[in-house]
Amino acid sequence: MAGIDQVTQEPEAQDHTPSHHEKPGPNFTTQLLRIGVSLAVPVIALGMLYWAGTVLLDENANRLLVVFVALIIGVLGVFALFYAMNWVVEKLPEHYQEYVRPFVFVGPALVLLGVFLVYPTVVTFKLSFQNAQGEGFVGLDNYVEIFTDSGTLEALRNSVLWVIIVPALAVGIGLTFAVLADKLGSKGEAFSKSFIFMPMAISFVGASIVWKFIYNFRPEGFGEQIGVLNGIWAGLGNEPVAWLLQEPWNNFYLMVILVWLQVGFAMVILSAGIKSVPEEIIEAGRIDGANEFQVFWKVIIPSISSTLVVVLTTIVITVWKVFDIVFVMTSGEFGTSVVAERMVTEFFTFGNDGKGAALAVVLLVAIIPLMWLNVKRFQAQEAQR
Amino acid sequence: MTTTERTPLKADYVPPQPSFLSRLFYRWPVKLAIIAIVVIWIIPTLGILISSFRPPALVETTGWWTVFTDLGSNEWTFSNYTNVLQSEGFGNSFLNSLSVTIPATVMPITIAAFAAYGFAWMDFPGRQWLFVLVVALLVIPLQMALIPLLRLYTTVNLNGTFPAVWLAHTGFGLPLAIYLLRNYIGSLPSSMMESADIDGASHFERFTKLVVPLSVPVLASFAIFQFLWVWNDLLVALVFLGGEPDVRVITLALNNLNGSRGQAWHLLTAGAFITMALPLVVFLSLQRYFVRGLTAGSVKG
Repeated sequence: MAGIDQVTQEPEAQDHTPSHHEKPGPNFTTQLLRIGVSLAVPVIALGMLYWAGTVLLDENANRLLVVFVALIIGVLGVFALFYAMNWVVEKLPEHYQEYVRPFVFVGPALVLLGVFLVYPTVVTFKLSFQNAQGEGFVGLDNYVEIFTDSGTLEALRNSVLWVIIVPALAVGIGLTFAVLADKLGSKGEAFSKSFIFMPMAISFVGASIVWKFIYNFRPEGFGEQIGVLNGIWAGLGNEPVAWLLQEPWNNFYLMVILVWLQVGFAMVILSAGIKSVPEEIIEAGRIDGANEFQVFWKVIIPSISSTLVVVLTTIVITVWKVFDIVFVMTSGEFGTSVVAERMVTEFFTFGNDGKGAALAVVLLVAIIPLMWLNVKRFQAQEAQR
Repeated sequence: MTTTERTPLKADYVPPQPSFLSRLFYRWPVKLAIIAIVVIWIIPTLGILISSFRPPALVETTGWWTVFTDLGSNEWTFSNYTNVLQSEGFGNSFLNSLSVTIPATVMPITIAAFAAYGFAWMDFPGRQWLFVLVVALLVIPLQMALIPLLRLYTTVNLNGTFPAVWLAHTGFGLPLAIYLLRNYIGSLPSSMMESADIDGASHFERFTKLVVPLSVPVLASFAIFQFLWVWNDLLVALVFLGGEPDVRVITLALNNLNGSRGQAWHLLTAGAFITMALPLVVFLSLQRYFVRGLTAGSVKG
């Protein structure tokens, strides 16, 4: 059996060189076995699920029964498959076992990642150079269109604004709240934080409806305002405003929804970061005569800078991919479209696979620097282990 | 919600006590600011909740905040909920959402737990770069996968079925699941694993008898993430399951109601609250695990 020490204590070691020179190395049969055990679990599970989901549904079976069968397959079935694969591997000649067994564990996950993420990514790249039906080769036409058409240019501009404004506001408010709540007693802190945190459980669709109600507008003379914002606005003696039609400000009104959802996330992580700053450092600052603002900017902020970067990048990624809010609120009209929403509209509503794929590639390419940052951060963490 | 305790001070250190006056001027602005933010944060949800219990005629004619100022004319009703659940099909959609969410939450856990153990405690060629690939896949936009998967599903005739969505959510949830679980399982003491090895326990036995029972907190964290993500998802269900009433999930039902009856606020508020109810219950009751998962995923150490 491969030494566990070696696995855990040399994380920087690259590919494994078998240390058991007396045994034969991996050969063609080993590779076949590895692929076999990797494929077996997903393929058999898919077959069972297919049966559960389609055959049972076709026979108008009780929906709860279908869910129940799916659960049995999802938990017990998948586990039983892993067990069976492990049993098969243990029946293999000894020198194969060691090489094949890890793939009983990681193989099914790798196959699923391959089918559901890696393969589609490659195909989407290819499709982005093809026409609306996903045929032929049109070179860079889709990309040229994206970067010249006024509709997609507007979506790009809006997405950039989203990615700058939403993370800045979410982190700003989240940090402020975390610092303020830290000064309350622990009960008051937990209680007040729950309210800020709660929207995290709400779907983008639900949140959009919630805020559409806030922005509700009735022209003057068509009854009382029932949206809070116009209620206040008209109550102050102003003409009611159709908030969601006010270009370009309506973009900002949509961003507020995502800020409302994301502040809780920023607050929780930053709060944990602030609490991990040793009290000694903060007190030392106070003894040196710093006031609370100086302590905050000169002591706390530098100490949590790495946490700040993590929170910012996480929110940037979420914002960049947001589709539902724009889709539900305005369908991308009135100058509010964003790239992620355009992608779905082009592909799903207009049936333009080529342009949809090209927009997806734009989404991915813009995210690659953050992906690289994530990987670097992960590797730094591993080196510290 | 749990709040992590501060790093304890040395026993002999007494922090300077603020005077009564400074406490008065210091505490109250802080409390007022907190109350202000909390009020702003709950107003949107409160408006929905209150409106959903008001008769349609009142919802249409007066602002929901008048329930506080105009106490005499308050009336309450459940009819919005019964309407939405029955005539607008939200009851059926609620069941559809459950049918999608429960298997799509459970399935990735088993597969990811095995993979996480493999990445943490087994040796195989490509272990390092395969895990780096998992970290990279964490941020792949879902949009990247939609078109090819829809084509693939059409070829194998899976389109518009529950298994299509179960599998898609399983695949999309795996990177986070493997990442969270592997970090946790990899941090279990290696001495424990070695002694199990010496006792002759196979990898499979170590996984089922040692690692899984110890990993319950992180499994719970991921389960909550995945549950909220799948229940709240619109895009995956829209593309792979579609809007037919017999399969349509609840977020899509709400979106369609918004499209067809965008000004029927007595229905929209009730519908919105139905979509939120279950995730809010799950979230508020299991917040501790959720927070633990969040901080484990984002803050190192």
